[in-house]
Amino acid sequence: MSALLARFAPLRARSNAYFAQHRSLGILVAVIVIGGALPLISRIPPFGELQSMNAWVNAFTIAGIYALLAVGLNVVIGFAGLLDLGYAAFFALGGYTYAIVASSFFDIHLPFWPMLIVGALIGAMFGVFLGAPTLRLRGDYLAIVTLGFGEIVPIVLLNSDPFTGGTNGLGGVDKPVIPGILEFTLINPWPFYVLMMVMIAAIMIIVFRLQDSRIGRAWEAVRDDELAAESSGVNVVISKLQAFAVGAAIAGFVGVFNAAKLTIVAPDQFKFVVSISAVAAVVLGGMGNPVGVAVGAFVIYLVQSIFLKQLNGLVDDFNIPVLQEIDFLEFQYVLYGIVLVLMMLKRPQGIFPAKRRLRIFKDSVGAGK
Amino acid sequence: MATASGTVRTERVRGQLFLPAVITGFLALMLGILGFNQFLNAMTLGAIYALIALGYTMVYGIIELINFAHGDVFMVATFVSIGVSTTLLGQSGAITDIPTLVISLMILFLVTGGVMALVGATIERLAYRPLRQAPRLAPLITAIGVSFILQNIIQFFVGPFITNVPQLFPTQWAFTLGESRVPILNLFVIGVALLCMLTLQIFISRTKMGRAMRTTAMDRDASSLMGVDINRTIMITFLIGSALAGAAGVIHGLYYGNTSFTLGFQSGLKAFTAAVLGGIGNTAGAALGGFLIAFVEVGAAAFGFGRWGGAIVFSLLVIFLVFRPTGLLGSQTGDRA
Repeated sequence: MSALLARFAPLRARSNAYFAQHRSLGILVAVIVIGGALPLISRIPPFGELQSMNAWVNAFTIAGIYALLAVGLNVVIGFAGLLDLGYAAFFALGGYTYAIVASSFFDIHLPFWPMLIVGALIGAMFGVFLGAPTLRLRGDYLAIVTLGFGEIVPIVLLNSDPFTGGTNGLGGVDKPVIPGILEFTLINPWPFYVLMMVMIAAIMIIVFRLQDSRIGRAWEAVRDDELAAESSGVNVVISKLQAFAVGAAIAGFVGVFNAAKLTIVAPDQFKFVVSISAVAAVVLGGMGNPVGVAVGAFVIYLVQSIFLKQLNGLVDDFNIPVLQEIDFLEFQYVLYGIVLVLMMLKRPQGIFPAKRRLRIFKDSVGAGK
Repeated sequence: MATASGTVRTERVRGQLFLPAVITGFLALMLGILGFNQFLNAMTLGAIYALIALGYTMVYGIIELINFAHGDVFMVATFVSIGVSTTLLGQSGAITDIPTLVISLMILFLVTGGVMALVGATIERLAYRPLRQAPRLAPLITAIGVSFILQNIIQFFVGPFITNVPQLFPTQWAFTLGESRVPILNLFVIGVALLCMLTLQIFISRTKMGRAMRTTAMDRDASSLMGVDINRTIMITFLIGSALAGAAGVIHGLYYGNTSFTLGFQSGLKAFTAAVLGGIGNTAGAALGGFLIAFVEVGAAAFGFGRWGGAIVFSLLVIFLVFRPTGLLGSQTGDRA
């Protein structure tokens, strides 16, 4: 085995060197390979028996939504070190933006593709709108302000019935169409899956390139030592605003996709739990590592949506009275809680730590204690 | 010199008179706007918020942690009070016999407060103390985790429904004042809350442990050098804060007669807003902020904006954090926002 590996070592070294030079291409190749391989899981015995291939593909698509949310939140938390507890609000704003202009509610039907960008812009706009006055605040105060914002947005959406449909939300949202070639349908999950993979590739490339850019290095400098960054000529407020806006833009972008995928938006979809599951994914995956947090979110979603559900069915078969009464789906929030506490206590850098160690976990000197 | 100190003294006297005058004026105004019944309502709700806010502000004052789980400690307290009433006291309804009522209520408050104090201290010991030296984001994330765990423990053992709480204090007891009916329960609740706050103020300002808490809040390292046991002081802060949340939980149960596992999140956030409003780290400010938030909420409902109550309160929070992070009375931990 090791001899076999050794034979391929030069090839691996060459490919590593190549993809280090051409990382965007590397991401593209990786997404194609993984995206192509994932559906095969439904052919592997233990997983294949859980649900049909289409159901798996559907689940992967929704898991992709959460993965992208985690990647976006990671820009705010992992790159810039700002704790955002109201991230679902931007997700909601993107979704509602699309639902308002592309559903039967107002009988306006704008096309999906440009609205992806508009959703991202709306998200970024609100990010700047919220961030501009609040980013001067110290970290935990900012966390609470974003939490308040995350509460306000669903309340406003709930109570502005004429525009948002109140509790029921907006139904009958248009699905994407590629004119003359393809119409997305609810029955066939594959187009959404492929679109999701394209979105993951695009956002991953953008995020990685941002991280290495001047902006990204400024984020890291601000995160690790605000004072030192400022005295080195980094405009701290602008830098934080950029992180906030980029994070919010990604949430808005994904929000549009989410609305088109589910064909309905309602205030209940954007509760605090969504923000927290994104934070949990970032913490679990490893703050600052986009791939890590995406995997973290992917795994969290699959565990809660498939395995906990299956566990319910499995336990029902055993006829053990005590276990039958337990709804394992209810455990998902306990899992979030335990994940957050244990990770902070035992492994604050996450399962897949960022390459450059985050100073916010190493010591408190200079981080404002 | 004499004149200078004389000026200082008049300033101080004026300062001491200023706040009560403003508060009295505000209360009179609210009484005029809301009418007597709504006013009593707001005062009662305010008493609950104030008691929770005290826990937030004390913990923030001493270790600068937004104890996110505190609202859920309050929520757990409402359930503990059910347990105490039904199993320990064997009561499921109002007690009309006055001596029995007094003893039952004392047991209810003391046992619930005691249990919650233990819960609070345990959380501090297990989840926060190991992160004492860690950067501040870490304990905040842990606190969110603890909050989720507490909610789900309750959801798991009690269920996700709205649960009835035995109202030991007879709700029908009332007397008439002019044209309005004054339920004694409201007066009792407000009285208990004020008593708790007064005791806390005296404890903090007059006792040795209270002084240790104040010095630790000011400068942890320096007070450690002066012989203050930091870990013990912080633990006692959590004990007291959680016991107050326990009292708030009992009051909530007695007054509203129901609870659910989601109660803590919203109440906690509003109480935190109260703490910020009053000046975080400042116990008198937290109490004041609690009543203020309640008036805002009840006022909004009275004018037909009940559904927007939450949004208004959180907007206040954002506005205060942005424009006056030291709050109305000023923060005793100093401005570090």
